[in-house]
Amino acid sequence: MGPGGPPGDRFKEAAQVKDRKGTIARLWHYLRHERARLTIALLLIAGTSGLGLLGPLLMGRAIDNYISTGDMAGLGRLMLLMLAVYIGVSILTWLQARVMSQVALRTVHLLRKDIFAKLQRLPLKFFDTRPHGDTMSRITNDVETINQILTEGAAQIVSSVLTGIGVIVLMLWLQPVLAVVSIVSLVSWSLVVNRIIGPRTRVGFRAQQRQLGVLNGLIEETISGERTVMAYNQEQVRIGEFEAANEELRVHSVKAQTFAGVVGPVMNFVNNFSIALVAAAGGWLAVDGRTTVGVVASFLSYTRQLSQPINQISQMYNQLQSALAGAERIFEILDEPDEINAASTRNVITRGEVQFRDVSFSYDGVAPILKHVYLDAKPGSVTALVGPTGAGKTTIINLLTRFYEIDSGEILIDGVNLRDINKEELRRQLGIVLQDGFLFAGTVMENIRYGRLDATDEEVMAAAATAQADEFIRHLPEGYFTELTERGGNVSQGQRQLITIARALLANPRILILDEATSNVDTRTERYIQEGMTRLMEGRTSFVIAHRLSTIRGADQILVINQGEIIERGTHAELLDQGGFYARLSGSQAGGDAELLAAEEAEELRAMARAQAQQVHAGPPAGFGPR
Amino acid sequence: MHETRKLTRFLAKYRLFVILAPLMMIGEVAMDLMQPRLTQTIIDDGVAAGDLSKVLQTGAIMIGLAVIGCIFGVLCGVFAVRAGLGFAADLRSALFSKIQKLSFANLDKLETGSLITRLTNDVTQLSDAVQSLLRIMVRAPFMLVGAIFMATLTAPRLSLLFIVLIPFLILVVAMTMVRAFPRFMKVQAKLDHLNNVMQENLQGVRVVKAFARHQYEVDRFGKGNDDLRDTTLSAVYVIVMVAPLMMLTVNLGLVATLWFGGHQVNDGDIEVGALVAFINYLMQALFGLLMFSMTLMRFTRAEASAERVNEVLASEPAVVQSPAASVPATMPGKVEFQAVSFTYGDGEPVLQDVSFTVEPGTSLAILGPTGSGKSSIVSLIPRFYDVTSGRVLVDDMDVREWDEHRLRDHISIALQESVLFSGTVRENIRFGKPDATDAEVERAAQMAQAEEFINHLDDGYDSVIGQRGVNLSGGQRQRLAIARAIVRGAPILILDDSTSAVDVATERRIQEALASLHMTVILVAQRISAVVNATNIIVLENGRIVAQGNHEELIATSDVYQEIYRSQVESGVANGQ
Repeated sequence: MGPGGPPGDRFKEAAQVKDRKGTIARLWHYLRHERARLTIALLLIAGTSGLGLLGPLLMGRAIDNYISTGDMAGLGRLMLLMLAVYIGVSILTWLQARVMSQVALRTVHLLRKDIFAKLQRLPLKFFDTRPHGDTMSRITNDVETINQILTEGAAQIVSSVLTGIGVIVLMLWLQPVLAVVSIVSLVSWSLVVNRIIGPRTRVGFRAQQRQLGVLNGLIEETISGERTVMAYNQEQVRIGEFEAANEELRVHSVKAQTFAGVVGPVMNFVNNFSIALVAAAGGWLAVDGRTTVGVVASFLSYTRQLSQPINQISQMYNQLQSALAGAERIFEILDEPDEINAASTRNVITRGEVQFRDVSFSYDGVAPILKHVYLDAKPGSVTALVGPTGAGKTTIINLLTRFYEIDSGEILIDGVNLRDINKEELRRQLGIVLQDGFLFAGTVMENIRYGRLDATDEEVMAAAATAQADEFIRHLPEGYFTELTERGGNVSQGQRQLITIARALLANPRILILDEATSNVDTRTERYIQEGMTRLMEGRTSFVIAHRLSTIRGADQILVINQGEIIERGTHAELLDQGGFYARLSGSQAGGDAELLAAEEAEELRAMARAQAQQVHAGPPAGFGPR
Repeated sequence: MHETRKLTRFLAKYRLFVILAPLMMIGEVAMDLMQPRLTQTIIDDGVAAGDLSKVLQTGAIMIGLAVIGCIFGVLCGVFAVRAGLGFAADLRSALFSKIQKLSFANLDKLETGSLITRLTNDVTQLSDAVQSLLRIMVRAPFMLVGAIFMATLTAPRLSLLFIVLIPFLILVVAMTMVRAFPRFMKVQAKLDHLNNVMQENLQGVRVVKAFARHQYEVDRFGKGNDDLRDTTLSAVYVIVMVAPLMMLTVNLGLVATLWFGGHQVNDGDIEVGALVAFINYLMQALFGLLMFSMTLMRFTRAEASAERVNEVLASEPAVVQSPAASVPATMPGKVEFQAVSFTYGDGEPVLQDVSFTVEPGTSLAILGPTGSGKSSIVSLIPRFYDVTSGRVLVDDMDVREWDEHRLRDHISIALQESVLFSGTVRENIRFGKPDATDAEVERAAQMAQAEEFINHLDDGYDSVIGQRGVNLSGGQRQRLAIARAIVRGAPILILDDSTSAVDVATERRIQEALASLHMTVILVAQRISAVVNATNIIVLENGRIVAQGNHEELIATSDVYQEIYRSQVESGVANGQ
């Protein structure tokens, strides 16, 4: 399918992780580069957690040993120690956060680099069959989730676990009975809460996500087609559909979020409950003389410290889950098979002779698009490809450029099998000019230079002049240094095509592929394009998806393609003599309009020109839209 | 917060929840604030006095209060969720309905992609903000004030510490924000740039491959990627200082409390339990402040969303129906332009002094290069836009006096962009006339030459079309759009270049089928072949009519028409011979 598939896909429910172990292993593969930093971060986290544990202990000491006894000098010394500990904690936390952000950003950087490099190696089929929105979302959103979990999540999980263990050990050491009270209370409550609320929340959120997807799809579709909706007076119908979906979302969301919202206060309760329990039990023990006030004060802090990691770990679990799902989606792209390329760079294209030998092809492995095609193009000759839409003209181009791999038969260039020619060499010798000439954001100069990166400014301008593009470029506000906007308004479609012709000229290829413009262009520019193309074709083996009569008549051979087969071939005169499909195409419209026209032949030819005036791309051409 | 405040009207319906949620939250906070005080009782009155029953009794009270606090908290959540989500649903609905009432000029200005974001992301952002407003924004200040109050009660002299600590914390937060904000703006710009490169490579993949520019693109991307990493790091380095600095402040407060408090205990001013309680209040107060500052940051984002949402809500439809709108007595389908000029927004005039008449049952073809104003002409007939000067008449009545709904029912238009909706083929055609019978739908499909390919689809007319018709070719989409226009059965049919992706033989059959319907047909075309049979042809150039007449007249009299004709038809003869 054409570019820009349904962006609604991005609202699909986040997929569950299919292969958790494998995904973690591969993520680790990326993190391995950061081993040194990770080790440092781990040590820093351990230090932070350790020092953090000291705080309450020292506070207890302060109360028991100094405040209760009135030893103010001792208190002063302890305060200095505490000060040192806290300053230490802050410095270590700061360093650790710095190091972990480096780890995260460097890993994400590497991941992005790999994805992009991978995109450059993927076959065209990948881009034609996948919605671009989906690919973009993997590159942006999914990478961002991984970034987040690495920056914040990972360190937090480790420090939570370390702190949790440390607190438990310290509490057991300080006062085993109180420790058991505190731990049992916190842990058992948390488990109960998770068991009761967890599943309900998950179910609720899944339903909410699904309904959100439905609603967003509806919004997206309606607003994208808003002009049609208005033209057909369908506003009220759409509002009705929207209201129903919106209300359903509200109901689902209230259900999901109410459950989720309960977690906060309930955990707060668990916390308060545990503290009360510790205070009461501690008080009891203190009255009995089995512990001190300072220890109870320490325990109050430790209980709070222990409840935090328990909360955080359950929160982190969700984040981790979505990061893994994101990573999996990224790895899916990285796992796509690369474009096949010949290893050898020995074979070079010098003459530009092209042969198809019994070539068959289908895009999906089911419906054949080309059937047993033979063709011969001599060096420097012009071959016009003619036939109705969907006949297979574009497919021939896609195979010759090796954007797609043929199913059977062989394609030879200068007698060498296409498979044995390195793609870089092949494409260096192939120039392509398409109708909706794609230009990059950048200056005109840069865009033409794309054809040959080491071309001087003079060479670029010379190419533009040959392509008949020089004149209009000089009239642009900044001349060759005018910035072209994306899909932009500042040059017309015809002018864009002139730039692409100049770009192809600069590349100076042996073989040329041209897709003639239909009629979206004003007369004057159209003539320029015509002239530019003629100059471009000189001396090169050219394949033209032809719409214009002059081109067809001037071609060395015309291939008439219908339903994946070359049904007729020859020059214009030969084909008319044959009285076959081509002649019928030319003659089919002669009847009705003939009396309107001065010359009968003109009408005949006009009808034929119309037969070709058919764009091949599935998607709408650039600049489509009522503006 | 100005923009956000404007949206509070959407909360009016949930007034009860909006009042109850904070009240409940105050209840929860109050219970939380009681805990340290009770701990103090346990230590000072229980432990210190050796009174075990006091210890256990107070413990029981603490647990009781925790239960009450929990109930308050849960209720607060329930109310806040209802208010927040109700707000979101109503706001979304208001936006959606508003957009349906706007006109084309508004859509041009607001842009489709941005409208979608406003309805999805921005609304979610605002709903989150409302919920956190009702919970955390209430919780945090009450916690802060309540804790300071309780701390002052517990140990008045120690509470002087707050006077030092709180301004210091505020300073830390403010300073980092000031430094971080511009850096993050830069990060966003770099990220946008990188995404653009990525997008370009997806769209222009054929060009990149055709020129074998892989390495060049990888290098270009690599540079942006490096840049992004470095810029982000410099921003992150500022942010990672916030948490440790705050922690340090809090802990310094703790040490100071122990130090001064220790002396006070020593002097007999306060008891140990009071000191412990004070420390707990200190923690509660400072964490309340932290929470508050974090939520405040989220609100700056909500403000941006509110601004974007308000822009839509405040849009006035560019086309407004007059109160006296009606319909003409007879509606045979006549269209007339009288000296019409038209400008989009404040730009250059797109149409100048355009006049023509299309009699009922005849056809008009509009020919001209891209940008000459063809689509603008047909957009004025159903009053998608209002003319700048002159008049557009349909059945001898100015379209501005027509009932808008009736006017659009009177006209079928197949727009240049053939938008389909997800659903079956049948549903898509029936979009033109919701009560059309299956027979009517199929007849329209036949006339639009769509029947053959529809029958080849797996489920025929019941085949499901993906979003925006992604599983159909351009020509197939156009034919469905034409069928949709035909099934409407309106007296006036407008085809805005809607056969450009259909092959010529098919286009011809469609035109023949239309001719049999005896409707007024207005068609926009770029190919001369599509217009030769029209009753009347106008040729546009730069928004002006440069020639008008039927094919024979124009070929005989109009230089412009002859030139187009030559360039499209005869140049082939000339060059070929």
